[in-house]
Parts: sequence; structure tokens; C-alpha cells
Amino acid sequence: MDLLDQLADTFFNWEEMAKVIPALLMVGLPNTLILAVASGVFGALLGLGLAMMGISRNAGARWVARIYTDIFRGLPAILVILVIGIGLSPIAREITGSRNPYPLGILALTLIAAAYIGEIFRSGIQSVEKGQLEASRALGFSYGSSMRLVVVPQGIRRVLPALVNQFISLLKDSSLVFMLGLAASDREIFRIGNDAMANTGNLSPLVAAGVLYLILTVPLTHFVNFIDHRLRTGKPEKKEPDELAAPIGKGAQA
Amino acid sequence: MTEFASGTLTGKNLHLSFGHNHVLRGIDLHVEKGTTASVIGPSGSGKSTLLRVMNRLIEPDQGDILLDGRSVLKDNPDELRQRIGMVFQQFNLFPHKTVEENVSLALRKLRKLPREQARAEALQQLDLVGLKHKADSRPANLSGGQQQRVAIARALAMKPEVMFFDEATSALDPELVKGVLALMTDLAKGGMTMVVVTHEMGFSRNVSDNVTFMDAGVVVESGPPEQIFTAPRTERLRGFLSDVL
Repeated sequence: MDLLDQLADTFFNWEEMAKVIPALLMVGLPNTLILAVASGVFGALLGLGLAMMGISRNAGARWVARIYTDIFRGLPAILVILVIGIGLSPIAREITGSRNPYPLGILALTLIAAAYIGEIFRSGIQSVEKGQLEASRALGFSYGSSMRLVVVPQGIRRVLPALVNQFISLLKDSSLVFMLGLAASDREIFRIGNDAMANTGNLSPLVAAGVLYLILTVPLTHFVNFIDHRLRTGKPEKKEPDELAAPIGKGAQA
Repeated sequence: MTEFASGTLTGKNLHLSFGHNHVLRGIDLHVEKGTTASVIGPSGSGKSTLLRVMNRLIEPDQGDILLDGRSVLKDNPDELRQRIGMVFQQFNLFPHKTVEENVSLALRKLRKLPREQARAEALQQLDLVGLKHKADSRPANLSGGQQQRVAIARALAMKPEVMFFDEATSALDPELVKGVLALMTDLAKGGMTMVVVTHEMGFSRNVSDNVTFMDAGVVVESGPPEQIFTAPRTERLRGFLSDVL
């Protein structure tokens, strides 16, 4: 057999791809999105808490945030997913009454995401000029209100590109929950491609899964570039000269 | 200009240290209701720090602060700062909010005014500084002079009893300084109690009722502008004036 034909059949067997596409779209895609979005949202909430602790004047809070971040950023994602997914399953069974590892997969991804997102938020918040907090406090806002209304919104805006990058990581890392052994209806994109590959002995289903990941991630990377550019240059708006400086307040000549 | 609910502000024997750096070494400053006190002196003399101590952005190590004769050191500092407006060298407008939102934020969140009423009051303040037509712009699209006037409107919206100006024109291009100084002059003549840290000797001399010269954390000389500028008593003030005038 011609070597090129063999390669084409291994990677691009359209028949095998076509067979797996319905499951990829109907089962894999929703599950991947649920895993990534849920852990992204919970991770952002937990991450914001970690960021606030990280910049707190309370040394204890800073330490807790520091240690948490060191641990969950320092461990391989697959190890966290296995340890959480297997280690906490008896507790999860007590609480939910089910053996489904899916919620634990979300929990593990959340804990990992929070460590990264916390650092992203912290750097963003710390990049906001000191004068912003000072001006807000001078108006009479408390430290908490100043952070909530003035500093944190600006900090988050600045790190939007990094947050989208983090979400792209989550989309890809969500594939690792396959290690926990999911029910057929809970499988995400990678697991479906992988199962089809194992059943057929042909790589094409996995290639199809890969293409589906790219369809999700490539537009997002370009979206990052777009908002990054927009944040740096702002919406174009015309500047006018300070034409009103002169007429007001004639008292200056006094 | 409208009438102001001005108050009398007094700082007594204020001390502050950052570590071994003794920044304020027993400062006394008295600003009578409706008058303008300017504070001059070389950079690093503690002028800006004095303002921040007097509205308790930084708590003094020692001394007392009185508003209308009553000590405010035991008050909630956030409530004290609602009574003292402050304008900064770098404007410090909130870039993520429109001009109107910058002015109305504290009205809505601290004064608890409904959105529409807060907006109406903000527009009125912006009208006073000549920038009502910029209400829905972002600060970044305004010139420095316009931004500083918005910052003044933001502080005035809270109906403060005292206004602090921390080198409010130092970051402005020369041609924009005039408009801001004119506005400050109007406020002073309108009866606002003001403490103005400034390098603008013309303003200090012509507008303020009292001038305080600070150097190295102490008040070296204080008095009416004629005395300070025409008959300085100390060598340090004479040296400073010959450097800046």
C-alpha cells in the first residue's frame, strides 16, 4: 500500500470522522463547555477572593492565598484531578448520593483555575494607580467600597486578555477529567474522540476532536488580541481643545 | 458661585513619621471659615502629607484635628472625608466611568440619592465648572485642564465644608493652568474654606488670606501674603522665595 494513502487513511478517514461527529457535537461539545464554563466561573469567584486576600493588610490572609496558589499552580493538573476525583468521591457520594465523578471534575478544575485567576486578578488590581484608591477614599468611600467600585473594576478590565487565555487553558484541560471514568453521556470532546479511536483503531476521530477544539480556541485567541488592542488604544473619540478654560472664572485676573 | 457650608479647620501639633523619617514635626495650621490658606515650600517639605493627615488619609502619630472647634480624630474617618473635598495633582478621575458618573458616584453611593437626582446634581456641578457638555465623555478624552475641573466638580458635589488642593495645577500644561486657577479663585471668593498646597506663587499671593511656609516638616513662617512675600522674616523663606520667584 502506498505510504501516503496509509497516512491519509490514518488521520483523515472521512467515514470514521463522520461517524463520530454527531457524538462530538451532541455530547462532547456541551460537556466540554459545561466543564470549562462552570470551572471558569467558580474559579473566577474563588480567584477574586484569593486576590483580595493576596493584597490584604492581614498577613494571615496573605499567607493562606500564597500557600494555596503555590500548591495549585505547582501541581500538574492531572494529579489534582485524580487526587480530588478519587480522594473526595466517598464524600461526594455522601452528599450527592451518586457515584458520578463529573462534579468532582468541575471542582478540581475550579481549584486549579482559581490559583491562576487569583494571580491574574491580583496583578491587575495592583496595577491600578495608587491615586485611584486615594481619590475614592478622599471622597469618603471605605476601603471595601473603594475596592469594589473603583479599583477592582479597573483591575479586571486590564486583565481581560489574560482571563480569556485562562479560559482557553480550561477548555483544553477539561479533557483531563476523562481520567475519572465518565458515563457515556458525560464524556467530553477528547474522551469521545479517544473512545472512537480505540474502537476503530483509526486516529481520524481524534483528529476530528482536535479540529473541534481548534474551532473553539482559535477564535478565542483572536478575540484576546482584539480586546488587548482595544484596551491599549481605546475607542476612538475626538479630543477638543480646552476652549472653555478662558471664559469661566474671571476672578483669576483679580 | 453658590454659598458654601464652610467650616473652620485646625490642625494642632501634628506629627507623623514613616519609620525613621520624621515627615511632620509638630505642624499647626488654622484655616478660618470662608478663608483660603496656601501652603508653600520646597518639595519634600511635607506639604502634601499634611493635607493627607488633615483628612486622615494618613493617621497622625500625634496632635489633633478640629473641624469647627470639635476634634474629629475619634470620628469615622470616612465620614470626615465626606466633609473635606480633595483635588489631586494627577486628577485621579475614575477612567472606567463617564465624567458625569465620576461626579455622581459618591452622591449615589454615599448620599444615597436616586440615580436621576444624582445625575441632575452632577450636571449642575459640571455646569459650574463649564463642562456640562462633556458629561457623557470619558475622562481620557478630556484635556488635563478639563479633567482637573471635573475633579473639582466631583469634590464640590459632596458639598464639603473644606476643600484641599494638592498642587492642583502642577501636572497641567502651562496654557491650561489659568482655567483651573480661575475656578479655584472663584471658589475662594465664593467663601469656600480652602487649603491650597501650591507652587503658584501668584495664586498664593493674590488669592489666599494666609500663607504658610513649610520646610523639612515644620512651619517656618506663617502670615498674611503681604508679609510673607514682601517682608519674609527668616533666611529659609528668603532663600526659597529667591529660588522660585
